Amino acid sequence: MSPGKARGRSRLDLVQRIALPVAWLLLIAGFGIANPSVFLTAATFQTMLGSQAVLLVLTLALIVPLTAGDYDLSVAGVLTLSAMMVAILNVQHGWPIWAAIVAALVMGLVVGLANGLVMVFFGIESLIVTLGMGTLLTGITLWASDSATISGISQGLVDYVIVKRFAGISLAFYYAIALCAILWWVLEYTSIGRRLLFVGRGRSVSKLSGVRVGRVRIGALMGSAALAALAGVLYAGTSGGADPSSGSSLLLPAFAAAFLGATSIMPGRFNPWGTAIAVYFLVTGITGLQLMGVQSYVQQLFYGGALLVAVALSQLARGRVPLDNG
Amino acid sequence: MPDVLEIEGLAKTFGGVKALQGVDLTVRAGEIHGLLGQNGSGKSTLIKVLAGFHQPDPGGRLRVNGQEVSLPLAPGEYKALGMRFVHQDLGLIPSLTVLENLFLDELSTEASVSIPWKRWRSHARTLMERYGVHLETSKLVSDLRPVERALLAIVRAVATAPSNGLLVLDEPTVFLPQDDTQMLFDVTRNVAGTGTGVLFVSHDLEEVKQLTDRFTVFRDGRVVGGGATADHTREQIVRLIVGHDLEAVSHRSAAQLAASTVAGRVSGACGGLVAHASLAVHRGEVLGVTGLSGSGFEDLPYLMFGAVPAESGRLEIGSRTTDLRRQNPTKAFQQGLALVPADRPRDGAILSLSVLDNVSMQMLPSFQRGPFLRRKRMQDESRKVLSTFDVRPNDPTLPCSSLSGGNQQKVLMAKWLQTRPTVLMVHEPTQGVDVGAREEIFSVLRSATAEGMGVLCASSDHEQLALICDRVLIFRQGRIVAELTGEQITKERISELSYAVQAPTTDLAS
Repeated sequence: MSPGKARGRSRLDLVQRIALPVAWLLLIAGFGIANPSVFLTAATFQTMLGSQAVLLVLTLALIVPLTAGDYDLSVAGVLTLSAMMVAILNVQHGWPIWAAIVAALVMGLVVGLANGLVMVFFGIESLIVTLGMGTLLTGITLWASDSATISGISQGLVDYVIVKRFAGISLAFYYAIALCAILWWVLEYTSIGRRLLFVGRGRSVSKLSGVRVGRVRIGALMGSAALAALAGVLYAGTSGGADPSSGSSLLLPAFAAAFLGATSIMPGRFNPWGTAIAVYFLVTGITGLQLMGVQSYVQQLFYGGALLVAVALSQLARGRVPLDNG
Repeated sequence: MPDVLEIEGLAKTFGGVKALQGVDLTVRAGEIHGLLGQNGSGKSTLIKVLAGFHQPDPGGRLRVNGQEVSLPLAPGEYKALGMRFVHQDLGLIPSLTVLENLFLDELSTEASVSIPWKRWRSHARTLMERYGVHLETSKLVSDLRPVERALLAIVRAVATAPSNGLLVLDEPTVFLPQDDTQMLFDVTRNVAGTGTGVLFVSHDLEEVKQLTDRFTVFRDGRVVGGGATADHTREQIVRLIVGHDLEAVSHRSAAQLAASTVAGRVSGACGGLVAHASLAVHRGEVLGVTGLSGSGFEDLPYLMFGAVPAESGRLEIGSRTTDLRRQNPTKAFQQGLALVPADRPRDGAILSLSVLDNVSMQMLPSFQRGPFLRRKRMQDESRKVLSTFDVRPNDPTLPCSSLSGGNQQKVLMAKWLQTRPTVLMVHEPTQGVDVGAREEIFSVLRSATAEGMGVLCASSDHEQLALICDRVLIFRQGRIVAELTGEQITKERISELSYAVQAPTTDLAS
């Protein structure tokens, strides 16, 4: 499988790789002991897994440009606009749901392309370009929706995202897991995935090896924006509508999960499976605390704290090998 | 007046290698003292000992202004002793103004609430006037010409130094055009005029002849000569620098070369430090390009590869002709060029990734089946390749950073030779490589030529060039000024021509 599974790895590596999954299990055990009757129910887990699929897809979107060494802060803006587009086109303009979804995904690709072109041709940091783009998109969303929540999206989408279940868990969860698998395959088993990694780890080396660095970086931002648009579609399906501020609260958790995920499974690398575990680790922590009646501000404490810890840990994990970015 | 610097019997050993031994050096007050020697002769080790960066072996003595100073020096102690260093990179911050750079130390330590800009500005003017430097204090350093930056760095260095201090200029002229060096010399003389001793480290004999009062030559970590500059001819100094020891191995003769076909040809290349270069690399030859640092040879491979933008020039590989202005590394790779750069951690290898990733970087398409990458096959293939190049340990899954410098370089050779280039370009191929691996890399280059590739080796290591090259081109000020073939290729000859001791025209005839 992955190059992470190499012979001659020390026990310390193994500990590092499974630390997060183990911490997750401990967290579940902890809440289970503290609050068995409420927390340890099938319904709790079904809800957690199903309702947070949007966050998982958004986080997967982030790790594509992160692998190539770029940040995409516009994913939350893309998510919100995408959900809003689906709602407006479907509810107010009467488009069939599939056409609205396609339009939203195309919007994602276009936004990603714009991000990438500005970044590469003007030589501006991705952080700044996508910060501007994200804010711009939020403005467009508010304008287009008149700052109002739009509901009443076709039941078909809602059915296939959240209502229909398999083993008690909404289909959205399975979509997200399938996406994990696809992304893992792309990153590990295709030339594109390897080039993303080369560019992220050694831009100058990649350039001098004939890799078209600019194209790879633009492609990564298109990928993240398209996936963020898909997350927006799932959001619309999950809530049956769109509100103009839906994505803003998801950006920080997504970054926290992406960095936390990079400490696990393949330490030092942004990877889909580590990301999935990180998302559900964070969600479990918050759900558990909320079920115990803790105030809602704990959510910010938990996500913010996790992001700081995750970044510190991932730096440690990478610290075993020299950082050679830029 | 006592001498500003007296060194006696200084030695420094790095893991059994004597980088310095029995070094005596005196810099008098108010003199400009040239420090000469080839790369690796010990000049920089000496400077690093003075800066407190290296600990010398016990036994050496150091006197500053007649005062005995105990060795080793602590890092930063040189400041209190009145020593100042200006290195080649100058240590300026381009995005700040002249004034801010001048008071960088004060800015970073200033504790008072408001910065006394006005006082600093007038202080800066007096300082610059004292040394004959004319710079606008509000100008950004990025807007200064290279020579102005060098002057600023010098003024900054001596600003807080006592008048009986020591200023070490470590190759400050490398990137300067001829006229500008004169400005630098004037300021250097003004500094010396105040009683400061100047240690001027340079490769360039012409400059040393013009500027210095006395000089000292290092070779293989020893002082091999020196004295008053005026009493020595350039030829005598070159002989001291180069020495006479090494014999070159057999080379292909000019006739043999003429018979072989051209693998790649560059015409009228201009860009970076290259002013104008036309040359051809033949199939089966190792062509060396060299010169002093800053002479342009080091930019040539990057220019051909499209990594340094070209202002003009054409490149022919086989039947394909490319305008160098539109060259880029992706195209260069497709044309059959390969480049193993000198700066391995930055440009050559991705140290945080595995050896497999590094070695297979350009071979990905050949391992693709449908949408899948055959990773098992990649691993098997790369293991084979690594054993061909004798990379140790032969484990493609190890991170590249865990390999020694020599083995990393072999990985890079393997990476590029797999692509079967028409022309293989290497820049300082044995930099940071141990002696054993050095031999192996030479034999890799040799076998590449045996398979019909043309090899272009850009290097400032004259001994190495004499060992491996069939032909050597020597650059001065961005142009090719001499060509050596066959038996003419010796370390001494290359060095002499690099330092321009003899009229270059006699060599071009052959």
